[in-house]
Amino acid sequence: MSGLKEQFKRSLVVAQKNVKIYYLKGPVIVFGLIFPLFLALAYVIGRNIPLQEVLPGLIGMTTFFTATSVGPSIVPWETRSKTLERLLCCPVALWTIIGGDMLSSFIFGFIISVIPLALTLILGIQPLNFIMLLLGLIIANLCFAALSVLLSAYPPTDIPATTMMLSSLVKFPLVFISGVFIPVEQLPQWGRAVASISPLTYFTDMVRQLFINKGFYPLAVDFLVLIAFTTAFVLAAIKLHEKTLTKRIS
Amino acid sequence: MAYAITVRELTKHYGDLTAVDHISFDVKRGEVFGFLGPNGAGKTTTIRILTGLIKPDGGKAFVAGFDVLENPIEVKQHIGVVPEVSNAYVDLTAWENLALIGKLCGLQPQKLKENATNLLKEFGLYEVKDRLVRGFSKGMKQRLLLCMALVNDPEVLFLDEPTSGLDVESARLLREKIIRYNKDGKTVFLSTHNMEEANQLCHRIAIISHGWIAAVDTPENLRAQSMELQYIETAFSKMVEPQDFSENSSIIKAVSAGNKMRIYTADPSAAIEFVVEYAKKNNLRILTLNCMMPSLEDVFLKLTRGKEAVIR
Repeated sequence: MSGLKEQFKRSLVVAQKNVKIYYLKGPVIVFGLIFPLFLALAYVIGRNIPLQEVLPGLIGMTTFFTATSVGPSIVPWETRSKTLERLLCCPVALWTIIGGDMLSSFIFGFIISVIPLALTLILGIQPLNFIMLLLGLIIANLCFAALSVLLSAYPPTDIPATTMMLSSLVKFPLVFISGVFIPVEQLPQWGRAVASISPLTYFTDMVRQLFINKGFYPLAVDFLVLIAFTTAFVLAAIKLHEKTLTKRIS
Repeated sequence: MAYAITVRELTKHYGDLTAVDHISFDVKRGEVFGFLGPNGAGKTTTIRILTGLIKPDGGKAFVAGFDVLENPIEVKQHIGVVPEVSNAYVDLTAWENLALIGKLCGLQPQKLKENATNLLKEFGLYEVKDRLVRGFSKGMKQRLLLCMALVNDPEVLFLDEPTSGLDVESARLLREKIIRYNKDGKTVFLSTHNMEEANQLCHRIAIISHGWIAAVDTPENLRAQSMELQYIETAFSKMVEPQDFSENSSIIKAVSAGNKMRIYTADPSAAIEFVVEYAKKNNLRILTLNCMMPSLEDVFLKLTRGKEAVIR
């Protein structure tokens, strides 16, 4: 147990390193601040809908895109600079490093996704249950951060652009099928079936419930499915990274 | 335990290629053990297995008393690694790099600060500790890598080509430090291409070729096992033909080497007598005559590519 605790502490060290090297950079911070603003403008301009209706999609997209923005490129980048080998020479398990990468994606995603949330509070729009919303934000960020480390696992490339391109191929379709633009209850049957395979669906559904008391799934289902997705992504990421590690460092 | 590293029947395949083929050897505690081999011989694969980076397909290996397959974290807790390619974080300072490794090794803050300060001072990097590694020279980066490998005070040091591509001064400094840390009791596993370096530093040497161990012994014994590679190097006042020396039974082969004649023999005394007689008979003056022991490079070439690769 103490070994496990020690490895968690070392995950925090990896996360701290990632934040310093990959996240605390001017362009990344500017992206994090400007991205939600542009999303909001793209959402509101030309659409005559109340702000409460806009918020779930906006918070969902901001959280999803920021938590998965840098994560997929870290492992390829470190493979190229051989620093992954450096980390693996230290007394850490592979999951410790993956955990650190996930944690740094989570921290970045959470901080940025708090911005639209704070804006709503400033504009006087109160969620029905603030604690639940904060908890949902934490779980959703964990889930999307786990997806980002899964996206970094395959192919075992040392070219960050390859991973970023492939992750965009996964991320953009997910946004369109997740009830961000059209709520799930308004989708046709097949649309609902497709939406149910995206973790983003459950987060936007959860935010809709917590702001306008309209949702397709019960709130507990949204939470449980997000937890299940997170677990599945983490386990798959560890397995895939383990499987491709030899190829990656050789 | 007498051995810092024990390897038994270690095997690793990459698809159809057998990178490491049932190799076995032991490294004694406090020893500098050289690992020599041509490119692609399996050196780096062996080091990666011993440092817990990749898993072998067969065999066993123990480092610092721990099974690399069963307890890779414990193994890594007791070792320091200087890899072949410089891999410090260039966007971090020297101090931040050391702190990162120290924290990942679980060092307490006070101990980490003490170790990092001492190492940076010893390796002449303390003045630049707050500079980004991006601006470091190759020599400085290599010294930093050694500091990073030593920050947790490991029992066993794995050094993969540590002086490769370094200027003379930096290479010499690193060799001095390797000797110093070995004298302090650290076991050193040194992979190198530099025969002179292996000769100077290593108590014993393993020569690996095509994934298998061709020989393990002291540099002196390896040379002694290859006495057919000793030769007499002589120059006469006139050019002579190698075939003039082939009739003597003590001479294995004679080859021209510039203006000199290199005469391979297992019996230098008889060969010298023949050379002197030959000079007298042909009215030649002997300008130089040296008896040369086989170099480690000769032994290496003989073991990895056959005797013919040396006597050409």
